[in-house]
Amino acid sequence: MSDTFFSAAPHWTWFIIPYFFIGGLAGGAYFLAAVLEWFGQPEDRPVIRTGYRVAAVGAISSGLLLTIDLGRPLRFWHMLFQSEHFPAIMFKSWSPISFGAWAILLFGLFSVLSALGAMSEEGRLQNAALRAVGGVVRGGLAKLVAGVGGLLGFFVAGYTGILLTVTNRPVWADSPWLGALFVASGASTGAATLILLAPRRGATERSLNWLSSFDSKALAVELLVLILFLGSLGSVNRVWVSFWGLLLLVGVVGAGILVPLGLHMKPASFGSLAARPVANAAKLVLLGGFLLRLATMLASEGIERYRVAAGM
Amino acid sequence: MPEPMGFFTDTTICIGCKACEVACKNWNQLPAENGGVKELSGNSYDNTGRLDGIHWRHVKFIEQFEAPYQGRWLMMSDVCKHCVQAGCLEVCPTGAIIRTEFDTVVIQSDVCNGCRACIAACPFGVIDMNPVSGTAQKCTLCHDRLQVGLEPACAKACPTDSIQFGTITELRGRAQKRVEQLKGQGVNAYLYGADPNGPLGGLNSFYLLVDKPEVYGLPQKPQLPTRNLKSSASFSTASAAVLGLLALVGLRKRRMDDMGGRNG
Repeated sequence: MSDTFFSAAPHWTWFIIPYFFIGGLAGGAYFLAAVLEWFGQPEDRPVIRTGYRVAAVGAISSGLLLTIDLGRPLRFWHMLFQSEHFPAIMFKSWSPISFGAWAILLFGLFSVLSALGAMSEEGRLQNAALRAVGGVVRGGLAKLVAGVGGLLGFFVAGYTGILLTVTNRPVWADSPWLGALFVASGASTGAATLILLAPRRGATERSLNWLSSFDSKALAVELLVLILFLGSLGSVNRVWVSFWGLLLLVGVVGAGILVPLGLHMKPASFGSLAARPVANAAKLVLLGGFLLRLATMLASEGIERYRVAAGM
Repeated sequence: MPEPMGFFTDTTICIGCKACEVACKNWNQLPAENGGVKELSGNSYDNTGRLDGIHWRHVKFIEQFEAPYQGRWLMMSDVCKHCVQAGCLEVCPTGAIIRTEFDTVVIQSDVCNGCRACIAACPFGVIDMNPVSGTAQKCTLCHDRLQVGLEPACAKACPTDSIQFGTITELRGRAQKRVEQLKGQGVNAYLYGADPNGPLGGLNSFYLLVDKPEVYGLPQKPQLPTRNLKSSASFSTASAAVLGLLALVGLRKRRMDDMGGRNG
């Protein structure tokens, strides 16, 4: 039996699962927008602007979800500053929850700056001060902000998996692949979100084709990493002989990865889903991304340590 | 600077009286669970269940009866191990968890914000939330009593000296003599967590056991949570690099197709 079965569950559930999903999606969407900012064409601007706005809303929501989940929400700033020696910085490079708090803060800052730039580009900013900030970002700083924010975006998508790995809990601490899996899922759900939202902002067919093609590749990477993750769990895989295992197999692998891949490659084989294959695939990818977090979190949270320890 | 202090718990002389649990709750003013209305667990004489934010001592009852009239009781008063290399202290993002002048590990309740990272990091399942304070809590090894020269409440209350308090050096010597005495009587006794070169650099609350650690609900080889940090960060970075490359390859292909279309 893995020694991880003697630890206690931290009760990270109904605020943290949506946070992991939204944080991953926001990070992935910003990363794709940043790639297009640097290497895309002028016709990709609607996708870029959508990516920045999704990231800004996602980053702010993530911060709120994290704060609400704390036992003492008004002390959220203790993760950023030393409460007894304010304003000394609180930072532990070896603690994912510590560097993650800073990453969320910085990612939020960069994504809001980029979103202001995008809104300025669309002429949607009424406030003079915000218009000025948006104008600066939209000008010479756009690529610099996008470059740093893009890296932070992938960091935010992946550190949540690393955070789980740097514990002593079953499943999470029994494999080093969870961070990589969340990075891949963040990329696929980020692309899926852009596929669904960017057309409303005037995204071109070519931009959407690129996103769709990238989503297929991200799903293939996700499937590969998921196999490596499960392979590395060894005997701990018995926790999947449960409802969460069924959810992982049917909801994540089936509905969230294989069916969307099929819709991208051979849409005609999928009956009614083939009517709008790219959009339907994107919806299923989002569902799969959420269920991935749900299954990995609750499969470990649900283990009753004393029953397992006693072999019951 | 005082010497490192801790507990040596000799499980062979624990009688399951739970005086340690009561003394701990009393001294530390820990609240009752469910307003004091308690359902019996049905699990031997153990109605505490586990260590958590309001139970900092827990007497475990292990019944080993394979046939009628053949068997034994194992009893063990469990508590925070005050690890020399503490996983909870390592991951705490607020600096609420500190190592004291007595080499013990204490959660400062006025600094903790209840993020619960320490709960998942502890390999022994010791820490949990205190619903009253909204913070993570566990045994402090009676830091307030130690500061005025008193021994911890649980050790003071233990009627059989199953829980012994003292300097780690002195306790290790005493524990080793007890192991030899028991072995001389044919009992397969050994020390869990007493080796400074063992897992987590040794435990400042260590045990004398007579069965495998897992029988007592203890991990065989407890580890620090950061053991996976480097490999996990490397795989995540590699995954991000592959995805970034795939995004760029897709853009390049689109550009090549455009050029091909224009030339064609």
